[in-house]
Amino acid sequence: MEVRGIITPASWSYPLPAGGIREEFAICCDASGPVRLLIVPALFEEGNKLRRLTVRVMRNLADAGIDTFLPDLPGCNESLQDLAQQEPADWLDAAMAAARHFGATHALGIRGGCMFTPRNLPALHYAPAKAETIMRQMYRARVLSAREAGRDETREALAEIAMTQGITLSGYSLGADFCRHFGTMAPTPGGARIPQEDIGGSGLWLRAEPDDSPAQAATLASRIVQALSQ
Amino acid sequence: MPDDTDQLLRQILTDVLGLKPGQAEAFDDDTGLFGHLPELDSMAVAGLLTELEDRLDIIIEDDELEGEMLETYGALLAFVRAKRG
Repeated sequence: MEVRGIITPASWSYPLPAGGIREEFAICCDASGPVRLLIVPALFEEGNKLRRLTVRVMRNLADAGIDTFLPDLPGCNESLQDLAQQEPADWLDAAMAAARHFGATHALGIRGGCMFTPRNLPALHYAPAKAETIMRQMYRARVLSAREAGRDETREALAEIAMTQGITLSGYSLGADFCRHFGTMAPTPGGARIPQEDIGGSGLWLRAEPDDSPAQAATLASRIVQALSQ
Repeated sequence: MPDDTDQLLRQILTDVLGLKPGQAEAFDDDTGLFGHLPELDSMAVAGLLTELEDRLDIIIEDDELEGEMLETYGALLAFVRAKRG
């Protein structure tokens, strides 16, 4: 009997802007099928909160005969690269390189990942988020925790520091170039939206603690199957 | 138009805190929030405020954030109601 839904680790490589090649990690559900979905994960803290859901969706899609590939963006998750050295353009290039490496036929963006789905692939966007929303929340968390510690910081002052020197927000060190270019980004045009209302329940990225929802994963997977079969 | 702020606020807290359906119905004006619920750390509060802004179509400035406003359900509800006008 064929066993589907086995998650395997893989590595993929992409050329660095300054020359040279880097390897990154990915997890895959690959049965060498014709429908091959590159998943661009949610970013930063949202990525942690949605990791379980994302992997569940991969397993559910495997049952439906869809292969999935979940790469790490450079500087994120298992990546050995320094996050503070990354720029949004590097992530776009990396997502394209991962798509080529795995022979992706389609892409799925999750939340902030929708800004990095390759333009040359038909894309689905689950609960797409703008960079402004993601950054606003991270600035705010920093202002609040500074206030708890008795320091007075403002979002405006922090944003200025971020653009000139880079900044650490929620434990993520972001370079000045990243902050300048990322803040105005929006999901890749043309992606077919799958809003949270279609999934039922509240988005797991909202949760104060990482959580799990087999029901949401099943619904999201069936929406993806439906969209890819059209 | 009836004021649905109370209902929306309970729903947003349910979503952010991952409460069971109906659990937020038991909140009253004196129910403690920030400092009483361990889930509500600064990152979670930031998420809560961003969600309030998006779903209630309001803008919350950082200098409006005062300890008391997040201390109890009643205080947060009063703040959000005032914001919605």
